[in-house]
Amino acid sequence: MDVQPMGALPEAVNTLSPAPPALTGTVRRRISEGAIAGALFLCAAVSILTTAGIIGVLVFEAFEFLRAVPLADFLLGRVWTPLFDPPSFGVLPLVAGTTIVSVTAMLIALPVGLLAAIYLSEYAGRNTRRVLKPLLEILAGVPTVVYGYFALTFVTPLLRQVWPQAQVFNALSAGIVMGVMIIPLVSSLGEDAMSAVPNALREAAYGLGATKLDVTLRTVVPAALSGIVAAFILAISRAIGETMIVLIAAGQSTTLQFNPLKAMETMTAYIARVSLGDNPQQSTEFKTIFAVGMLLFIMTFVLNLISQRVLAKYRQVYQ
Amino acid sequence: MSQLPTPNFKLQTAGFRRQLAGRKRWGRVFAALCLLAAMVGLVVLAVLIVDVLAKSRGWLDWQFLTSFPSRKPEAAGVLSALAGSLWLVALTALFSFPVGLAAAIYLEEYAPSNWITTLIQTNIANLAGVPSIVYGLLGLGIFVRTLGLGRSLLAGALTMSLLVLPTIIIASREAIRAVPPSLRHASLALGGTRWQTVWHTVLPMAFPGILTGAILALSRAIGETAPLITIGALTYIAFLPDGPMSAFTVLPIQIFNWTSRPQADFRNLAAAGIVLLLVVLLSANALAILLRDRLQKRN
Repeated sequence: MDVQPMGALPEAVNTLSPAPPALTGTVRRRISEGAIAGALFLCAAVSILTTAGIIGVLVFEAFEFLRAVPLADFLLGRVWTPLFDPPSFGVLPLVAGTTIVSVTAMLIALPVGLLAAIYLSEYAGRNTRRVLKPLLEILAGVPTVVYGYFALTFVTPLLRQVWPQAQVFNALSAGIVMGVMIIPLVSSLGEDAMSAVPNALREAAYGLGATKLDVTLRTVVPAALSGIVAAFILAISRAIGETMIVLIAAGQSTTLQFNPLKAMETMTAYIARVSLGDNPQQSTEFKTIFAVGMLLFIMTFVLNLISQRVLAKYRQVYQ
Repeated sequence: MSQLPTPNFKLQTAGFRRQLAGRKRWGRVFAALCLLAAMVGLVVLAVLIVDVLAKSRGWLDWQFLTSFPSRKPEAAGVLSALAGSLWLVALTALFSFPVGLAAAIYLEEYAPSNWITTLIQTNIANLAGVPSIVYGLLGLGIFVRTLGLGRSLLAGALTMSLLVLPTIIIASREAIRAVPPSLRHASLALGGTRWQTVWHTVLPMAFPGILTGAILALSRAIGETAPLITIGALTYIAFLPDGPMSAFTVLPIQIFNWTSRPQADFRNLAAAGIVLLLVVLLSANALAILLRDRLQKRN
């Protein structure tokens, strides 16, 4: 390598730097670079505006609603009849509908999704995994209106053969199909969590005489627990927010009851049904959808936050 | 030492062996259970597809593709819904792709690590979990009412853009992050500015991944129904949209409309619509996977 004499370098720099055209070029460049950075920042800020917009719209409209209906009557009332005279705005029947459908869905999605995740992460060979994962992605990509159709025209008739007393629109059918819809979410997030567990842990367990079952259930699953729990919570939030399946298959009954073989309406289905109808937009009935939407937003938001906290707080960081 | 009783190794190994056989049997049962669980989704998917195909037989024809909805099932078709879906996805892509990509570039290449960046990142993660119907309420409050866009394609597309934006940003960020830093260093070392580095070095490398993410996000917009119901997309449209301010319907809403009628003929029409919708979505997915494979091959 040729080594330049020490004095040569500063001289070379000196002859270059005072050239005026280069300087204005640099200034112009700096301005355009700044403008680009600013524009990019504005695009990123759109997400903040979206959240602000959601909260703004919901709070504004829900506030209007709450001027007509006391908060306690809304949250604790057991009768939801906005179109009767006199109307009653107790949201509990809708919350009960959402709960029944979501619990049904979780009874399917959580165990099946977790076992599928274990299969994908611990048992499946590379080739099996390469076929299975895209297929599960397709399952996750099927539009919810299609699942709704399937629930109403395929699952419900089957259920009515088993339980003849089941109504044409019932919460069970919607819940089952919703559970299947959510399986891919649980299995893919669960698999991510379990694949992140280092092999050294598995090998240590094998070294102590554990069988594959012991390794899976006593080492891998506990080590990946934060990710699995986070996936479960996201699944619940997803079930609460799902609209089309329940709108199509679960019916419109807003009587407070807990029999899944009967029709019930969830919060989401109520919002969609009122939007479909032609209630005057200034009426209190119409404002109810924003109040119900606010409740829905708060519930899913809290669940998502908990899910993130679980991940951040309890995650074991492996190299 | 001598005080300890001598363990009967033979007896213990026998017990261990016997237990081991049992443990392994349970292991096999568990493995079978896991395999079964992994298959549940696929079986349902297969049943769903076969069921829909069977019900749509005889209904999915040229006349179905080229007719407007009608009160008579045999004369009804999806033309206006198909046109509406194409308009909607094109407009949504136009709004959401540039903004989402720019946001991803900002977060990956520009953002200083301060509280604003953290806020934006947490916020995007949260927005991805907001139920789609809540986006519908947002669209109704802001685009339909406050901005006075009415129940137009434009209002629908703006709502959909906000809905898919988090997905596009997250996917684009992953693609950008996958570009090796050494390439950026090379560009910067040659005197490239930050933007020149992004534009000439990072984006060309990340583009297939970004495109894949964008296609998947937009295919979600094609299948989404609830927010459009909330902003008031109509269920009966017997004309083609003639511009962004036109009233519209889309495939999923047409399917929903036919599904909610009790007559079997309309249910079959819904099945035909579902087959069409699934074909569109599967093609989009196949395209996305193809692009992803090309990317993996190149790197």
